[in-house]
Amino acid sequence: MSTSREDHLHHISQQFNSDLSKLRTNFLTMGGMVENQIVKAMEALENHDYELAEETRLKDKEVDQLEILIDEEASRIFAKRQPAASDLRLVISVLKMVSDLERIGDEAKKIAKFVFSDFDESGNLVSTPRGYVEARYIAKHVTSMVRDALDSFSRFDTQMALRVMKEDKRVDEEYKVAARSLATVMMEDPRNITSCLSIMWVLRALERIGDHACNVAEHVIYMVEGQDVRHTPMDKAEKVVRR
Amino acid sequence: MSANEMATNRIGQPARMRAQSERPSETREHWYLEPEGTLRARVSNLKFWYGDGTQAIDDVSMPLVDKQVTALIGPSGCGKSTFLRCFNRMHDLYQGVKYSGSIKLLPEDENLIDLDPNIVRMRVGMVFQKPNPFPKSIYENVIAGLKIRGISKRGVLDEIVETSLRQAALWDEVKDRLDQPALSMSGGQQQRLCIARALAVQPEILLLDEPTSALDPIATAKIEDLINQLSGKVTVLIVTHNMQQAARISNYTSYMYLGKLIEYNETDSLFTRPMCQRTEDYITGRFG
Repeated sequence: MSTSREDHLHHISQQFNSDLSKLRTNFLTMGGMVENQIVKAMEALENHDYELAEETRLKDKEVDQLEILIDEEASRIFAKRQPAASDLRLVISVLKMVSDLERIGDEAKKIAKFVFSDFDESGNLVSTPRGYVEARYIAKHVTSMVRDALDSFSRFDTQMALRVMKEDKRVDEEYKVAARSLATVMMEDPRNITSCLSIMWVLRALERIGDHACNVAEHVIYMVEGQDVRHTPMDKAEKVVRR
Repeated sequence: MSANEMATNRIGQPARMRAQSERPSETREHWYLEPEGTLRARVSNLKFWYGDGTQAIDDVSMPLVDKQVTALIGPSGCGKSTFLRCFNRMHDLYQGVKYSGSIKLLPEDENLIDLDPNIVRMRVGMVFQKPNPFPKSIYENVIAGLKIRGISKRGVLDEIVETSLRQAALWDEVKDRLDQPALSMSGGQQQRLCIARALAVQPEILLLDEPTSALDPIATAKIEDLINQLSGKVTVLIVTHNMQQAARISNYTSYMYLGKLIEYNETDSLFTRPMCQRTEDYITGRFG
């Protein structure tokens, strides 16, 4: 049975309704937090903003706490309500998506860390701005993927989730192209290697964020349609979502 | 070609795959799975009226898979107990009841509705909501059905008593006090004794009408475990108010509403991805 977003608010038990909507709200709050973290981390990186980077790192602790809270809420629902069908799929998906969100937070933290490696011991800026354009571009791309994945969850919009899955393929391509061009730069002058490698890690983190957004989108499709589209070719996933 | 062969031949691909390829729908009124495997019975267009003219069952068709547990769920008054009782013609005890359609036993292809009720009750066993052992010894209870059938050899009876009590997961608890009155046992034990009594005559179908609703959680767990063990050995049709129980113990589940069959599906599918909106609403507690 494919479900719509209001379905979870129509139980005979009002308490069950409020348990489920609380779970959803907390999940979306957590999603908003990690989305913000990516933006902040990239901003810190571009502006060499040490303080903002530190702030982003600290914010990750809050995200972790929220992950624990959501896990607790979900297990309480399992224990007390024995959810079935669409309710069951909602709780399972949230449980799984929450760990993707937490990973996205970790990747953002990693990006923020590279701000510190931009400076040498005496506090002078050492890195060259190579690869930053690519990183900014991919960051913008994956941030919108994360936002869309969360929107698709809040609206039960599988079409949108499918678009996120497709976008992930493009991000992978963009990452490959950027990595190739950085390799060329490194070959041209070995003095670039250190700075190129650190931006390479940033690119890698961004690419992983894209993967996690894609996972979230896959779980949204499972939640709504009841069919698992992980590890399936795109045309099959399209068939599941077709209307 | 028998109905049984038809059931298996009609399927080009495994049931699960077909269920996967079909989409759930908000507007679909009914959804019936055509199960794989041999059938023990097939109900076709069954309708049933009580003596006062009330129609309790309205055009129900469903298969009963051999040696599997099928659960009937639905809100109070949906006709699930009435449906179950049609299987051993319990309603015939009242005046003016009327059946139409058929409950064919397979592979014999005999219509239960046309058989002598006494014969039917010898072939189809039943266990009720409240344990109802006879006020006799444990041993006497188990062999009650066999005596009617004229089996009196002590050796044979002893053997059947042991097998039945073992099957009902009661043997270890009562083997040393078979001569004691059945009513001295706990409620859960009494219920398992009733199941042993029903199993002793090797019924073709075992009907269970909310067998655990009068029992505490531990006795319930034991009965559920017993039903799990019976799966693969006996064809069981069970009515239960407890949806989680249906999910735990059955292989197939039917959801009934207002005397009609809404969905018949594999239990695993019905509780994770029901095909009809009405089933979804009921199992998720959004009913009404």
